[in-house]
Amino acid sequence: MEAGHNGQAASTLGPAEAGWSAPAATRRGSVPAVSVAVIGSGGAGAMRAGEILLEVAAMAGFYGLMTRAMGPQIRGGEAAALLRVAAAPVSSLDDHFDLLIALDWANFSRFAAELPLAPTSVVIADPAEGDVPEAVVASGARIGRLALKELARAVPGGRTNMVGLGAAAALIGLPPEIVAAVVAGQLGRKGESVLAASVAALKAGAAAAAALPAVAQLAAPPHDGVARWNISGNQATGLGALKGGVSFVAAYPITPATEVLEWMAPALAKTGGMLVQAEDELAAINMVIGASFAGAPALTATSGPGLALMIESLGLAVASETPVVVVDVMRGGPSTGIPTKSEQTDLNIAVNGLHGDAPHLVLAPNSIADCLFTTQWAVALAETLQAPAIVLSDQALGQSRAIVAPPREPPAVAGRLTVPASYQVPAAYRRYAETESGVSPMAIPGTPGSTYVADGLEHTERGTPSAQAGDHAMQLEKRARKLEGFEYGSDWADIEGEGEIALVTWGSVTGPAREAAAQARARGIRTRLISVRLLLPAQPTRMAEALRGVRRLLVVEQSHGRQFHKFLRSCYDLPAEVAVISHPGPLPIRPAEIFDQLAAWE
Amino acid sequence: MDDIASLSAQNFKSDVKPIWCPGCGDYAVLTALAKALAELGRPRETIALISGIGCSSRIPAYTGVYGFHGVHGRALAVATGVKLARPDLTVIAAGGDGDGLSIGGNHFLHACRRNVDMTYILMDNQVYGMTKGQASPTTAPDWCESKLTPNGTGVSPVAPLHLALAAGVNFFARGFSGNPNELARLVVAAINHPGFSIVHVLSPCVTFRSEQRAWKQAVHSAAAAPSAHPAEALARFAEDDGFTTGILFAGDREPFMPQRDATMTAGDFEHAFAVRTPLPGPFTAAPAA
Repeated sequence: MEAGHNGQAASTLGPAEAGWSAPAATRRGSVPAVSVAVIGSGGAGAMRAGEILLEVAAMAGFYGLMTRAMGPQIRGGEAAALLRVAAAPVSSLDDHFDLLIALDWANFSRFAAELPLAPTSVVIADPAEGDVPEAVVASGARIGRLALKELARAVPGGRTNMVGLGAAAALIGLPPEIVAAVVAGQLGRKGESVLAASVAALKAGAAAAAALPAVAQLAAPPHDGVARWNISGNQATGLGALKGGVSFVAAYPITPATEVLEWMAPALAKTGGMLVQAEDELAAINMVIGASFAGAPALTATSGPGLALMIESLGLAVASETPVVVVDVMRGGPSTGIPTKSEQTDLNIAVNGLHGDAPHLVLAPNSIADCLFTTQWAVALAETLQAPAIVLSDQALGQSRAIVAPPREPPAVAGRLTVPASYQVPAAYRRYAETESGVSPMAIPGTPGSTYVADGLEHTERGTPSAQAGDHAMQLEKRARKLEGFEYGSDWADIEGEGEIALVTWGSVTGPAREAAAQARARGIRTRLISVRLLLPAQPTRMAEALRGVRRLLVVEQSHGRQFHKFLRSCYDLPAEVAVISHPGPLPIRPAEIFDQLAAWE
Repeated sequence: MDDIASLSAQNFKSDVKPIWCPGCGDYAVLTALAKALAELGRPRETIALISGIGCSSRIPAYTGVYGFHGVHGRALAVATGVKLARPDLTVIAAGGDGDGLSIGGNHFLHACRRNVDMTYILMDNQVYGMTKGQASPTTAPDWCESKLTPNGTGVSPVAPLHLALAAGVNFFARGFSGNPNELARLVVAAINHPGFSIVHVLSPCVTFRSEQRAWKQAVHSAAAAPSAHPAEALARFAEDDGFTTGILFAGDREPFMPQRDATMTAGDFEHAFAVRTPLPGPFTAAPAA
């Protein structure tokens, strides 16, 4: 395969001149999906190689997913790019990797558990980096020895990650001309010599691949005419916020949410908005509340520790009826926990953390693309319902990239009900007036004749502080009614399939659950999937409808304390037979684990 | 819109009856603020008064402007959000020594260094009044009247002037509620001064610190025009007794306001994520039927 390599550094960058064209027939494989892991110590370039591989797959017409496994070190820790490339949209990592490229084995033991291998797997390792670790040998995977370092050294300026990338692309059947084009796009601005060295290293790796154990090659990509995006969950969250109309962001840096802010800062500045780096999360949430009070749709992004600090002020947003959105990109907890790795364990605090009776919105995206939809929807709902919304993303969504069809738009909603500037208020303006829907017109500062004081103290309809039972009851009822009475439509959950067995899940775990459900259906096991997007307010009528006829329920979540299962029990009537797959991060829940339970129920 | 010419100080007050004790210094602060706002002559709807929690933080409800009465300690953060989102508004934050210097101390520091164009009225009575008389960050270490600290706090009090100057405040005045006319002038000057300005008001608590009635005899006017250099001001007031009133510092730092333009729309950013069209070639061409 990959005929025509001569192993010499290319003096020109064009793929044709590089002699990389080869008959298509020699490249076409047969499998619909291939999983690849590229690992190395921090700085070895494993992530870069993974990102290039994903972009190559995208340009070649495939779908794909790339997640990251990283240590906490800023430099010099362990890093793994975990990819799956496929002819159809990818919802989760596979149960094992078909190909593992080890740039080195430094710190491998720290994430060995995140790299499942099978006897069919191929592991490419550099003999110069020492023995293949025991755990890898024990998997039964075939080992291919490739002198990555030596081949890289033979190219002036050559890097091992490019040799490994060249080999990986060749092994799974990605076209070399596209590899060269993507590398040119990503490294071109570093100068011609850097690019030439990279191309030569790629070619050396690709040429050497011919002597390595064969990996199942990808079938032809789908020519479905669908446009493709290459986007991370955190970027999709930022874009969703922007599309939702957010013009003010205040935030404090925190892993793994920072990329949301890094993407939004320049984007806001160019669309008439701004991002302010606050002194802490207490300031961030209160700046956001102030900006929203002043009329600007506002958002902050954080992770669990930051959400904990914001909780008191989220109650203020409830009581003062100020729309704000808090994106929580969840990580392992409690306390500082595991900042770089994913877990679905902020559900409890997001749903129940606020003191007092404090109705609010909690939403969760269930895929990388859905980060855009759900964040945009959350902004629209918060604005419409004059309430805070918490969006529970997680590290597995936020810091992963996917090749996806362009995400869909949420349904249009009313937006913020304000007092028109021309409105002549007949008597004293009642900011918290009792209305049928529970939503009252909000006067934005600058509006004449309707000055008022927004208050976190319980208040009268005018906003004047009140400790009277009647005022308290009326305002509690109004704030609950406006959320419970709203018509959220079918987007409260993604419901797929039919049958007496149902999988109920949420957030990033929806990916493997969706794949397991598809596998089960392929085996003739009729399976329903219910992925809950709108966690609060609960939707008992819709859930009852979704569960009609279901006899067995499998709850799937990534937490030790079964937070989602307990949440479901507290909000909904569940069928008699309920099983739970629940384990903590950082290990992802894999499709096989879910499928096995479904198969056992057959 | 308000007819500015016809607005009197009374128009800047509301009909809500304050919860304050008879004789509380905060009544005079409210009067001075209303007088200052009338003098500034800006429409009521263009002013936002932001507060946290405490006796003095109740002040927004007693005025006729837009207000936000938030949680304890966060008035400056809310005010920062209001001003950055709406530079056209006149933004004032108000509160007490506990709200601003203890639970909200971090925001005090960062508001000083951030220098957003807004004014902070810090009503200092050296006590937590709303919770019935505990020591605050400005309470003297040997004050023994609180059941929480019957032997005194034993902790050095914060000097708001020195703290603010060290943190980079752009304007600092001190007034006394017993002299509301001077206080009103200081509030006007603070609002008119670009950047973050503080009006530190000695506002006695007659309920828990009745000895503060003697502040009337203690206050004295600043002897010289304010310095524009923080180091000079710090040196001049190094031995300040805390009762010097007037404008004590007036700096010339540029206020913070991020640049923004609206040359793009949200939709424009979608293109950045679109995968480039594959190169034409044998692999990427549509398969033959």
